[in-house]
Amino acid sequence: MTYCFRDLLALEPLSADELSFILDQSKPFQEIQRNPLKKLATLRGKTVVLAFFENSTRTRLSFGTAASRLGADTMNLQAEASSLKKGETLLDTANNLNAMKPDCFVMRHSSSGAADFVARHLEIPVVNAGDGTHEHPSQGLLDALTIRDRKGTLRNLNITILGDIAHSRVARSNIHLLGKFGCRFTLCGPAMWVPREMEKIGPPGTPIRCVYRVEEALEDADVIIVLRVQTERLHEPSLSQNDYILLYQLNAERMRLAKPDALILHPGPINRGTEITPEVADGPQSAVLEQVTNGVSVRMAILYLLMVGASEGSAHPALAGKAEPPSKETAHASD
Amino acid sequence: MLLIRNGRVLDPASNTDAPRDILLKDGRIKEIAPAGKLSVDSGVETFDASGLIVAPGFIDMHVHLREPGQENSETIETGTLAAARGGFTAVCCMPNTRPVNDNASITRFIVDRAKVHGHVRVWPIGAASIGSKGEAISDIAAMREAGIVAVSDDGKPIATAKLARQIMDYCRSLELPVIEHAEDVSLAAGASMREGVASTRLGLPGMPAAAESVCVARDVQIAELTGARLHIAHLSAKSSLEQVRFAKQHGLHVTCEVTPHHFTLIDEDVTYDSRFKMNPPLAAREDREALLQGLADGTVDAISTDHAPHEPAIKDVEFDKAPFGILGFETALGLALEQLVHSGKIRLMRMVELFSSGPARVLGKERKLTAGEQADITIFSLDRPWTYRVKESASKSRNSPFDGRAFKGGPVATIVGGKIVHRA
Repeated sequence: MTYCFRDLLALEPLSADELSFILDQSKPFQEIQRNPLKKLATLRGKTVVLAFFENSTRTRLSFGTAASRLGADTMNLQAEASSLKKGETLLDTANNLNAMKPDCFVMRHSSSGAADFVARHLEIPVVNAGDGTHEHPSQGLLDALTIRDRKGTLRNLNITILGDIAHSRVARSNIHLLGKFGCRFTLCGPAMWVPREMEKIGPPGTPIRCVYRVEEALEDADVIIVLRVQTERLHEPSLSQNDYILLYQLNAERMRLAKPDALILHPGPINRGTEITPEVADGPQSAVLEQVTNGVSVRMAILYLLMVGASEGSAHPALAGKAEPPSKETAHASD
Repeated sequence: MLLIRNGRVLDPASNTDAPRDILLKDGRIKEIAPAGKLSVDSGVETFDASGLIVAPGFIDMHVHLREPGQENSETIETGTLAAARGGFTAVCCMPNTRPVNDNASITRFIVDRAKVHGHVRVWPIGAASIGSKGEAISDIAAMREAGIVAVSDDGKPIATAKLARQIMDYCRSLELPVIEHAEDVSLAAGASMREGVASTRLGLPGMPAAAESVCVARDVQIAELTGARLHIAHLSAKSSLEQVRFAKQHGLHVTCEVTPHHFTLIDEDVTYDSRFKMNPPLAAREDREALLQGLADGTVDAISTDHAPHEPAIKDVEFDKAPFGILGFETALGLALEQLVHSGKIRLMRMVELFSSGPARVLGKERKLTAGEQADITIFSLDRPWTYRVKESASKSRNSPFDGRAFKGGPVATIVGGKIVHRA
């Protein structure tokens, strides 16, 4: 079964089969990251806009690397340098970039729903690289890929998410994806960051509970997703950092409460010594750097699926050279 | 002279529901009689209202006409034409224009413009405080001379309890109602919609119901302290309604209005489309249920649209950056019929009251179909099918979440001062 995607705006509307399909499509690209020569010609002649209206290093570089390894050119827009500072509206900026005839529009924006808004106005595929406190679909996918590789499955895992859940687009994408595979969620953090309404946002029937004691949250966890304490997205005075460390920091002592094989993820960038101690972040249970590597693979799959589309019956469509002219030379890594 | 023939006349003031002919002359109702009983000259202009409802002229006591200052979004001319198309014969325009209507010269400007360009009556509401800044009381008496029918700092609440107390005291002596946009601004700060599961799912900052009801509680107590006439604008929360009910039970002069969008839509209907963004925001399912109850049991005094046009350039942006407000005039009656009458929630007479004699009473006026009264009449259909197309709206703006909605029944003719100002 193959699927077509017009845009990638959120994981919430996607089915378990569609999500598995995208993860499966990432596998061949994971292979490519291990090659000495990593560049394909699949998207040669195509242009990907990287419109980052909100600051980002990792996600922007990851999408940029994914595009270039597929042979595409990129157009970069960064918040500080953009004409948004001169008062141009998002729609005008998007229309202007679109007038340069790119083939895909990857965007990050501080407003929830901004990618949805732009997608309503553009004909080309739009990829949401993070919108406000709504979703971060590629992060949700790369987290799932990392978990599936390490745990062998996504089915029925106990997922603990620790930190500022209310303002986390990563947490929402994690819940929408992993919830479709029967995972159970424990959300933990200070009460103003863990609103009870979160218990009802998952796929129907998804067990989600909010707890306020980290000890309770770590018990039985298969996966612990530690969120960054992100002061830049807070609309209210944030919690005292000392209190946060005292009550919620993931440290070695607390890790003893979790399963011995519990996997630790963090979407980055890490505030070492705040939400997680260095020894835990760098320890054997941490998959933080694998997440980053998988990020490139997942984003290659996303760009590939949106700009070329999967070809039926091929396990490795991107590599099999079955697609349209741009991918004729894709059977081997070139350049 | 105009003869409205064969209509089903519904008049809440006299509890009339019967086939009647109405003769209008010189801007007033000359005579009302059982259908076919009026003797008039053959040359008299006749409106055949067979199969239609003939009601006292509808009043929309909460609208934004954007003139002066934001004429790209609406003008008195375009706004009142949209009002006429919606069946409204009079509208009360809020003072948050640019400049703010906080003195008699602005009030006179609006009144004069309306005389020349208005399609329906325009009754301005003056700012309660200078610039609606919540610091000093505006020229309320002078504005009353110029024609205001109430005061409000709409768009925001009267800033402090102390000022609300002073304004209510003063307006009691001037016999003007004080209209409150009830909002605790600290609880509402930064919010784009109502707080709840929907806002959490969408990742949009939400304001709790308490952002409204905390302020209603404050004002009800100050109304008790001062004895003033307090009217709560666009009431959206169950907890607010309960306080209005309490105030009425205790004999206070407290009234309230509800908008068609709040009795039709809820927070779960919100998408990342700014046409679903207004303040107060679409509320929870249980709030809507409470509003329907309040509309039925008499706690709610009026249906008002809070018609709030915004030109696409400022409204069609990211949800959290868009201004609050949606169009209201042309869909109000269709929505009221659909949600309240056809659904069996309230009787047709009650709906007519909520659009006519109800708001009139809040404003200290009368609306009834009796000989000698102003000939302001709304004629509508209960069953005529039509579809709302916002691109055909008389408004200058396009910000309606009801574009494309099919209705059963709606305005057919709007008569102001004996003249047909709109005919569908």
